[in-house]
This record gives sequence, C-alpha cells and structure tokens, in this order.
Amino acid sequence: MDVLDLARIQFATTTILHFVFVPISIGLSLMIAIMETMYVVRKKEMYKKMAKFWGHFLLINFALGVVTGILQEFQFGMNWSEFSRFVGDVFGTPLAIEALLAFFLESTFIGLWVFGWNKLPKKLHLMCIWLVAIGTMLSGFWILTANSFMQHPVGYEVIDGRAQMTDFWAVITNGQVLWEFPHTIFAAFATSGFLVAGISAWKLLRKKDVEFFKSSFITAVIIAGISSMCVAMFGHGQAQYLVETQPMKMAASEALWETSDDPAPWTVFALIDTENQENKFELNIPYMLSFLSYNKFSGSVQGMNELQAQYEETYGPGDYIPPVRTTFWSFRIMVASGTAMILLSFYGIYLAMRKRLDQARPWYLKLMLWSIALPFIGNTAGWIMTEIGRQPWTVFGLLTIEDSVSTSVTSNQVLFSVISFTSLYLILLGVLAFLFVREARKSPYQDANAIPTIEDPYTHQGRDRHVTE
Amino acid sequence: MSLNDLWFLLISVLFVGFFFLEGFDFGVGMSLGFLPRNDTEKRMLIGTIGPFWDANEVWLITAVGAMFAAFPHWYSTLLSGYYLFFTFILLGLILRGVAFEFRHKMSSNGWKKTWDISIMIGSLATPFLMGMILAGIVQGVPIGSDMNIAIEGRNLVNLFTVWAGLAVVMLCLLHGLVFISLRTEGELRERSRKYALITLPITAVFLAVLALLASISTDLYTKRGGWLIAAIILGAVIFVLAALFLRKKLEKQSFIATSLLVVLTFATLFIGLFPRVMVSSLDSAFDLTIYNAVSGPYTLKSMTIVAVIFLPFVLGYQCWSYYVFRKRVSEKELAEH
Repeated sequence: MDVLDLARIQFATTTILHFVFVPISIGLSLMIAIMETMYVVRKKEMYKKMAKFWGHFLLINFALGVVTGILQEFQFGMNWSEFSRFVGDVFGTPLAIEALLAFFLESTFIGLWVFGWNKLPKKLHLMCIWLVAIGTMLSGFWILTANSFMQHPVGYEVIDGRAQMTDFWAVITNGQVLWEFPHTIFAAFATSGFLVAGISAWKLLRKKDVEFFKSSFITAVIIAGISSMCVAMFGHGQAQYLVETQPMKMAASEALWETSDDPAPWTVFALIDTENQENKFELNIPYMLSFLSYNKFSGSVQGMNELQAQYEETYGPGDYIPPVRTTFWSFRIMVASGTAMILLSFYGIYLAMRKRLDQARPWYLKLMLWSIALPFIGNTAGWIMTEIGRQPWTVFGLLTIEDSVSTSVTSNQVLFSVISFTSLYLILLGVLAFLFVREARKSPYQDANAIPTIEDPYTHQGRDRHVTE
Repeated sequence: MSLNDLWFLLISVLFVGFFFLEGFDFGVGMSLGFLPRNDTEKRMLIGTIGPFWDANEVWLITAVGAMFAAFPHWYSTLLSGYYLFFTFILLGLILRGVAFEFRHKMSSNGWKKTWDISIMIGSLATPFLMGMILAGIVQGVPIGSDMNIAIEGRNLVNLFTVWAGLAVVMLCLLHGLVFISLRTEGELRERSRKYALITLPITAVFLAVLALLASISTDLYTKRGGWLIAAIILGAVIFVLAALFLRKKLEKQSFIATSLLVVLTFATLFIGLFPRVMVSSLDSAFDLTIYNAVSGPYTLKSMTIVAVIFLPFVLGYQCWSYYVFRKRVSEKELAEH
C-alpha cells in the first residue's frame, strides 16, 4: 500500500475511535453539570452522589478524549502536510483558537472540579463543571468550523497557491457549521443520555439502588429524547443545505444516478451496481426526497451522472463520484439508529411521566442496555457519510486527497504509525469498556471515601414529584 | 514589531511555558521510578501534579495549533519531516495521559505497575525526543526548495541532538524533583531534595557540554554570540544559587531557580533561531523563516485580536488553579479523594 492509502486508513481509524470518546465527554459533562446544579439548588445529597457516580465515567473517558485529540492535531502535519500548507491560514486558525479557548478551559476546570470537592465553595465548584461543559462544546464548535471549511469553503481567496483567509466572520458563520454544530452537539448529548440511561436500566433490571438509578434514568432519558429529536431536525436542515452546496454527496447518499423525476421519490433500499452505474432494485417512497430536499412535495434532485459532467467542465477531467455504496448505506444506518433512539427515549419519557418506570417491562430495560450502542453507530455512520461523501476532495472544489498527502514520508513510516496507533487505541477502548463495566457494577453508596449522610425521609416523595414537574 | 515577529514570540513563549510547566510534570513522572518507597508515596507524587498536568499539556497543543495557523509551512515541514519522532511522542503522551487516570482505578499490583511504567516511559521519552527535535531545528536538517525535509540525507540522530535530548531530560528531572520538594511533606520532601542535590551538578555538566557542542554543530555563536555568552554566565550563576538554596532547604527559591534555568535554556534556543524557524543544512536560501513560512496577514491579524482578548483570562484562571491547590500534598489530604 502507498502512503496515501495508509494515511487514509490511519485518519479513518484514529478519527472514528476519537469520536467514540468525544461525544461522551461533551454529553456527560453537561449532564453532570445539570445533576450538580440540582444538588446545589435542591440541596439533596442524592444529586451530589449522582454527579460523583457518573463523574467517574466522565473522568475515565475524558483522559482518552484528550490524548486521542492531541494525535488529531499532529496528524494533519504528519500525514497531510500538503493539505496543511494549503489551508493552514483558514484551517489552522480555528484549531489554534480551539486550544486557547476550549482546551485550556476544560483541562484547567476539570482539574479544579475533580480535586476541588472539599476545597471550593459549592457554587464555585458547580461553576467549574459548567465551564468544563462549555469548554467541551466550544471545542466542538471550533473543530467543526474547521471541518465545515473542508465541506463548504468560504471566507478565503487562493493567493500564491494557498487558501488565505479574507473573512474570519464568514468562516465562523459558514452555513455548513451552523447546521453541523447543533446536529453534532445534540448527537453528543444523546450519546451520553443513552449511556447513562442504559447503565441505569441495567441497574433497575437488577433492582439495585432503585431510587438513585430511577432518577438517573429519568434525567438521562429526557436529555436523550429531546436531543435525539434535535439531531433529526438539524440533520434535516443539514441535508437541505447539502443539496445546495454539495449536491454530489446528496446524490451519492441517495444512489441517484440519473436526475430524479419531479416530485422525487426517496429510496429506502437499493441494490447498487457501481460498475454499470445503476440500481438493480429499489424500494421507493414517492414525494419523500422532494420533501427532504426542499420541504415541499415537488422539485427534482440532480443525479450523479449529470453532476459528474458538470464537475468535469468546472474542474477538468476526473472521477468526481464518491464511493456510492458506503455513502448510501452509512446515511441509512445513521437515520435508522436515530429513529430508533427517538422511539426508545420517548417511550422511556412516557413511562416516567406516567410514573410507571417501576413496572417497566424487562424487555424495555434490556433493550435500553443494548441501545447504548445506537448513538455510537449513528455518530460513526454520520461521519463516514460526511467524509466519504466528499471524495475525491479534502477541501471541496479546491484540493483533492492525492494532492493533500505528505510527500516527505515513506510508506513504512506510515505503516508503523497505523499499526501502533490502531492497536494502542483498540487496547485503550478495551480498557475503557472494562473500567466502565467495573464502575457500573459499583453502588453509588459504596464509595469508601464518601462523606456519610443521613437519609432524607422525604427523599422518596421528593423524587417522584420532580419527575412530573 | 511586525505580526510575524509577534507570532514567533508568542509561539516561543508557548513552547518555553510548556517546558517550564510540563517540565516538572515530566520530572515527577520520571522520578516515579526511583523516588517513592511505597504506594502511598507514589500517590502523593502523582498528587503533586494531579490537578495541573492536563492544562500544562495544553500549552504544547496551543503552541502547535498556533504554529499551524501562523506558520503553516513550519508546522507541515516539522511534523512530516520528523514523522517517527512525533509518532513516538504521541504514543508516549497518550500512554502517560491515560495512565494518570487509570492507575488508581484498580488496586491490583500488576495493574498499577503497568500504568506506572507507562507514566515513566512517557515522561522520559517525550522530553528526550523533543530535545532532539529542537536541537535538530537549530542544527539544520536537509530542507529542500520544496520546503520538505528530504527523505534521503536525513541525519536526525547525531551526537548533538542526542546530547540535547539527554540534557532536556536531566533538566526536567531536576525541575521535577525540586517541584516535589516544594509540594510534599515529610520524608518524600526531604528525599526529593537530596536527589535534586545529586541531579543538579550532573544537569549542569550536561548543559555545559551542550553549550560546547553547540559551538561546533550550530551557528548560534556567530548569530547570537553575545546573548549566548551572557546566557551561559547567567545559567552558571543560577546553578550555583540553586545549589545553595537547596542546601538551605529554601524550596521556593530553588524552584524559582530551576524554573529560570528551564526558561533560559529554551529561550536561548528560540532567540538563536530567530528569524528562522527551521534551518536548512543544504542551503541557507532554503531556511524556513518567519517571512516565507508565514500565513496571510489577515490570519495573523485575526488571531492577534483573539489572543489579546482571551490570553489574560486563560493565564488568570490557570494561576487561580495553582492558588487553589497551593497546599502541600499530605497523606491526610490524599485520603480525601
């Protein structure tokens, strides 16, 4: 394999695995901030225990998110030095700002939060976890700003063969990031929602610390439900933006070879034959693609063959069609897992509202445990669609992947880094899973270092009341 | 001062700040191998940097991010040219970072030993490799007209770079030992002070020889001779003072002294480099400088505005976190976590 293939494999594996940890950090820090806020406002010891118990998961995961993030920042220069030379002005700027504004914030205040329980006044301590949560979200915003430039370059001019920034405001208000950021950030909230709800469901199934995990489950499932809905809404907006800015990605994700009829049907399922550029079998829902693309039941969507001809005219001869099967199926996997997440979390909210969580069927609780995997599948599929669907470009319309790769590295070097990073990441993922299971088995009241408290006789009533509020 | 100068200065300050802060983290990590006598002492040792190491590492991430944005060619040439070095640095930083979090999650000896070794390797390899890279930057690497380091003719490992790596390791170790004596109580405090007293003259020798080698391997003396001589004299004075402070058990003063040594060493490097960012061993016409490696003026202006607004806050809350955890780490306090 040559340097290009190896560099692509490395980018794919390290980025996908990095994005296992990142959404947990973003979502869990927010959820813990909410829990600790309830503790400070309602002054109930259980919420502090909740913040601490789920805090263990956050901390184990946070370390992994941080260290795998360092690699991301170095990787652009190591494997994609020609890309870095070309876009450094525009792409490096949000990365530098991310470090200054977000990384310092989250790393300093997570230290203060972890070691400050007995050193800081309650409200100041609460502020720390909120600043961590804000830091993780800011970090998301800046890195997605950088990514959005690759999807839809704005605010630049190509001078001396390099994309130079001309409008900072345009870069950070790129229409792409305005959709991509909420879509991704709510997906992160939903991820932690399903993680906490899933572990809580497992505890409820085993009738362990029922009150504690009922509260955790309800908090988590509400966050998961609202977030999953928002993910779908902003995803819908992003798809419409895609039709305008990257029609080829849209066409590929629909396996639409020829420009569609008006109104356009949506293909649920297709047997794609990339060699003959046709679909052997399609299952269609009429009008649906028009609605997805334009919010109305009319309008046709451009197909790949027509776009290919257009791109050849604009960018010169070449193959501008991305891997269709991967784009098509990753889109469907993302949508399917998102839909399942909405249904499952709303059923949970329904149970909680009717105060019937106690009688929740074991199948639902078991299903919720396995559903921890759903957001990770959805997140990964979403990114695969976004990044693979942009092929052959790294920066849409400006720079191809062949022109992005480092010219001063050898394939042996990259082979070495691919193998060592991938195996280390997989080991760490295993350790993370192992430690998560271990933490989940513990009781929040078993904590040896916990400060003993007297049970509040009204706790039970109080807990049920806040559910319905 | 032009914006090119300003961003060279800022990036240098970030790197120097990184070595000043993460330097003692590395030292603490290395001393995990020989200083503590039992697990409680190990935990105390890690406790001295527990709340800080993560934010300290962000100095490096910010420095590299700023390099990417302000001098994209510097970033690209360096990271692709030193590919394997950075691969190992990343492996070290990853292992070390997770180890701090993982080690106390289980009480089994094998588990703890695994992560202790990770911390030690990461804390030793990272400053060593970084020292080698920085030495290589001033010594010169085969940068061609395409701004890339040629694959053929690479000589990244030689006496000067290896010696520089070792000197950086020793400096971090000394800095870390002094930091431990400042941050702990009882036996550990005393023992780290004693080790620091042994490490101090060895470090002085390493740095002195490095200064000597630099006269052969680099053009620092011809470019910035006056500064370099001044730095060497100043460094020698600080070494003597540090030794006196350590003997008199003045830990604060000792720490200030080793901090100054770290700052002086790395500042000298960047001052010697300026206005180049990487020296080409093939032809000085191919040197990367703050003029030919730079990004557009608009980028520099935008980033300057962002940095001016936010940098004071960042420095402010980082100082505050050191203030919150100003008390020495004791066994009693350890039990509270």
